[in-house]
Amino acid sequence: MGAIIETKQLTHTYSQGTPFEHTALDCVDFSASRGEYLAVIGRTGSGKSTLIQHLNGLLKPTAGQVLFDGADIWESKDRTRQVRCQVGLVFQYPEYQLFEETVYQDIAFGPKNMGLDRDEVDRRVKQSARFVGLEPGVLEKSPFDLSGGQKRRVAIAGVIAMEPQVLVLDEPTAGLDPSGAARILDNIRTYHQEKNACIILVSHSMEEVAREADRLVVIHRGAIPFSGTPERVFTHGEELEAMGLGVPAMTRVFARLRSMGVDLPASVYTIPQAREAVLAALHRREEH
Amino acid sequence: MALRDITLGQYFPGESPIHRLDPRAKLVAMICYIVALFLGKWFVSYALLLLILAAVVKVSTVKPRALVRGLKPVVFILVFTAVLNIFYTPGQALVSFWIFTITKEGLLHAFFMVVRIVMLITCTFLLTYTTSPLALTDGLESLLGPLKKLRVPVHELSMMMSIALRFIPTLIEETDKIMSAQRARGADFDSGNLIQRAKALIPLLVPLFISAFRRADELATAMECRCYHGGEGRTRMKQLHWRPGDVLFMLGALAAAVAAGVLGCWGL
Repeated sequence: MGAIIETKQLTHTYSQGTPFEHTALDCVDFSASRGEYLAVIGRTGSGKSTLIQHLNGLLKPTAGQVLFDGADIWESKDRTRQVRCQVGLVFQYPEYQLFEETVYQDIAFGPKNMGLDRDEVDRRVKQSARFVGLEPGVLEKSPFDLSGGQKRRVAIAGVIAMEPQVLVLDEPTAGLDPSGAARILDNIRTYHQEKNACIILVSHSMEEVAREADRLVVIHRGAIPFSGTPERVFTHGEELEAMGLGVPAMTRVFARLRSMGVDLPASVYTIPQAREAVLAALHRREEH
Repeated sequence: MALRDITLGQYFPGESPIHRLDPRAKLVAMICYIVALFLGKWFVSYALLLLILAAVVKVSTVKPRALVRGLKPVVFILVFTAVLNIFYTPGQALVSFWIFTITKEGLLHAFFMVVRIVMLITCTFLLTYTTSPLALTDGLESLLGPLKKLRVPVHELSMMMSIALRFIPTLIEETDKIMSAQRARGADFDSGNLIQRAKALIPLLVPLFISAFRRADELATAMECRCYHGGEGRTRMKQLHWRPGDVLFMLGALAAAVAAGVLGCWGL
């Protein structure tokens, strides 16, 4: 699979040349393929926000390159602008960026900036509203009259309306109740499947990334120590623990059971998997 | 990011004797010094004042580079004043072309004006660099205390000032974040004509105002929760105390002002 977006030896230093100088990313090689569902995990200050802001050209690398479809995104000013429409970035607490009088106009902000005609904008607004499960009646309301979860879905729709090939979301479920969080993750999955888009989900909830993503990328102190399928990454339980990340509760339970001598697989990280594994183990025991 | 480089009202924590001075002493000294700057007339007085400033900067351990950076935003004003003074001071003509005449007095005048402004800004920056905003407003409140008798709401004013100072960095950060978020949606803040640029600010200003009001509301609630009800009967954890050093520092600044005044009278 060809990478749709990648970084080569990406380094970023904040406030260079002042006493507050701080290197947030240090020679990072990162890549994501078309149609992949990827999760970036790391604790606060690990450099994950800095990384994703490079992916659509909001931050300029101090050194190294960011490639989209094989070409540098900083080649020309037009190229950078074009990439911003192809790589949608949803910030943390995106509801704070709403500003228009109606939900419809707010979702239309992105597509309008892309210079699309009125009919296409209309189609995209309606489609993205459907993606995030907003009822048509909501479109004419003021975004400031909505509930927190609804506001967030409007903000995400505003980015989805640009129909990006890569959708990056920084902690989309932060501060939501479990059902609101589950709905947002559902919306993201729908977009991923219907558009075959590449999703990059930034989170520090192990349970969430383990359930959603095909591949995990761990960021720690501006570098990527591990990346791979959840099974593979979670075998580094102790190292993750030392980075302040830890593994999903289920994986911890199973590791403990294994250390107590129970015959169970190590690569369990969700509740359905755990159920399967326990049932299989019980079955084996009955056979003996 | 240009926004991150704003140093307005920034405080560089430190342990120097200047940092430890009573904020009231520093405020009074600064006022004396500014008066001195405008009393001086000739090289002798400015050399003296420059020497004093350099000595205080040295003791304060503030990097001279940081002070020079503070001057950047006023370069335009400096050039403007210099040019006006060069061309509009009558006196002994040095060069003269078309309708312009450059006089010897004009050159000197312009030079002194620029020196004055540079030293004035440097000394105010030195104050904010070495005094935490909290100490500064405490000092101001205490100095303006007598005005309370005239029913001037001194405590409220200083509370407003300290809240405003406290929120400058927060609002800058917030602006930065909202700008990035709208850029990610294709907003363009840097190109187009004046009207287009003004329009492009709407997606930035609306969320910024909303969040500022939300923060103000939250802060008010938090203050109420801790039973804040204005300055009446309010005590402080950190009381300001005059120490001999503070008095000495103020007297030094006063002496500088007097010296500059006397030198100015002699035309030096």
